[in-house]
Amino acid sequence: MIHKFEVNGIKLVLDVNSGAVHVIDDLVWDLLDHGPDFDTDNVYKALRGKYPVSDIQEAMDELNVLIQENMLYTEWDGGIPAMAGEPVIKAMCLHAAHDCNLRCSYCFASTGDFKGERELLDFETGKKALEFLVRHSGHRRNLEVDFFGGEPLMNFDTVKQLVAYGRALEKKHNKKFKFTITTNGLLLDDDTIDYINREFVNVVISIDGRPEVHDSMRKTCTGRGSYDIIAPKALRLADSRDQNNYYVRGTFTRFNKDFDKDVLHLADQGFKQISVEPVVAPESEDYALTKADLKDIFAAYGRLAEAYIKRRKEGRGFNFFHFMVDLNQGPCAAKRSTGCGAGNEYIAVTPRGDIYPCHQFVGDEEYRMGSVVDGSFDREKQLRFRGTNVFTKEKCASCWAKFYCSGGCAANAFHFNGSIDKPYDLGCEMEKKRLECALAIKALETFEE
Amino acid sequence: MKHIKTLHRGNLKQSLSKGGCGECQASCQSACKTSCTVANQSCQK
Repeated sequence: MIHKFEVNGIKLVLDVNSGAVHVIDDLVWDLLDHGPDFDTDNVYKALRGKYPVSDIQEAMDELNVLIQENMLYTEWDGGIPAMAGEPVIKAMCLHAAHDCNLRCSYCFASTGDFKGERELLDFETGKKALEFLVRHSGHRRNLEVDFFGGEPLMNFDTVKQLVAYGRALEKKHNKKFKFTITTNGLLLDDDTIDYINREFVNVVISIDGRPEVHDSMRKTCTGRGSYDIIAPKALRLADSRDQNNYYVRGTFTRFNKDFDKDVLHLADQGFKQISVEPVVAPESEDYALTKADLKDIFAAYGRLAEAYIKRRKEGRGFNFFHFMVDLNQGPCAAKRSTGCGAGNEYIAVTPRGDIYPCHQFVGDEEYRMGSVVDGSFDREKQLRFRGTNVFTKEKCASCWAKFYCSGGCAANAFHFNGSIDKPYDLGCEMEKKRLECALAIKALETFEE
Repeated sequence: MKHIKTLHRGNLKQSLSKGGCGECQASCQSACKTSCTVANQSCQK
């Protein structure tokens, strides 16, 4: 399977099953319409009016070399790649607070309460969550815990107690906790920033971009925009981490389909690690994205790719999460087939200790997997998630992007199509466009060096 | 080659033999939280 595509004037072909990527000229672009069989008579008949015959022969020879070296039209004969060994849990989204000090219009968590009670995680339940993770982690050494919410800084004393408890568990069980936190930034102060920099390997701070865009969605409890409070604190945090190991993370909606301007606004403020992502919401919401918006969204990604390259050349580059692809040292085929690991390697734990496949499933009772309080855990549900991958999902099996998005978000699939096996179409289309941009950027940077 | 420049030779199949240790990051923990992207991560082996 191949995928040929063009971004901002550069033509590429991806050999899906090997992962090989080639930059091609117009002739090869046209030739690929005749593959993989390349009937010689038809090829020459179709192209000799457009290209010299000697060039066609030359390009065909080059294509044949790639085919022989398994870099084009490669068949997949690797079976279904799987994670080795027994199922283990290695990552936890720990909900420190089901409460929030913002009232964002598009919040998937119902402004923090996840459609339940407004409540905070207590230390005892948190301890049990960390112990549960250690107990189910098998031989995995690296364990990830993301303090999430709601707004975790509303319960920061407990978070700090839990980090200290985690450090004690590390020594006892020969594990390494990689703590992270996802915050709206409202309560950040110098002491909090110092602590975060000491203990957390990554921080995600939510900012949407231009002040008017941010403020239209992310309001305080009194209905005031929060940009002016959050942006300076976020920048202080980013600078204090030497602009590494953090992301400012925005959400774009139907109201800012020109989100490339929001990304560039964040870059202009001095942020170097940026992620701005499409809102996920039912079409009944006025801010929701629909298929009709794709043309504008694709155009915005195209403009962003162009600006991204330009700024890098000018020495004022930044990283955009979805334009980063590691072609050389990227994840193995097993990881690329199974994705984020929700419900299998990755779970979310609520302030009451309930376990869900991930934060996006919290509140979907049919997906509740157990409790860290009583230690229960539904192995069958875990195996259901473990058995789902890009080869078992009908739509993914024939998709060129499967080894890059890894089957997409299970929660989005469930919420839009009623099954974790049926990916969320709109998400797929945007993911594919981002990947095309990412590969084109890589090509331009590599060959212009 | 005159008509084709190879950006990456591809190593997905080779990764099958060494892969699956699971020490890599859970992709959703890094930044996205709503959209699964794996290819921008690094192998930890």
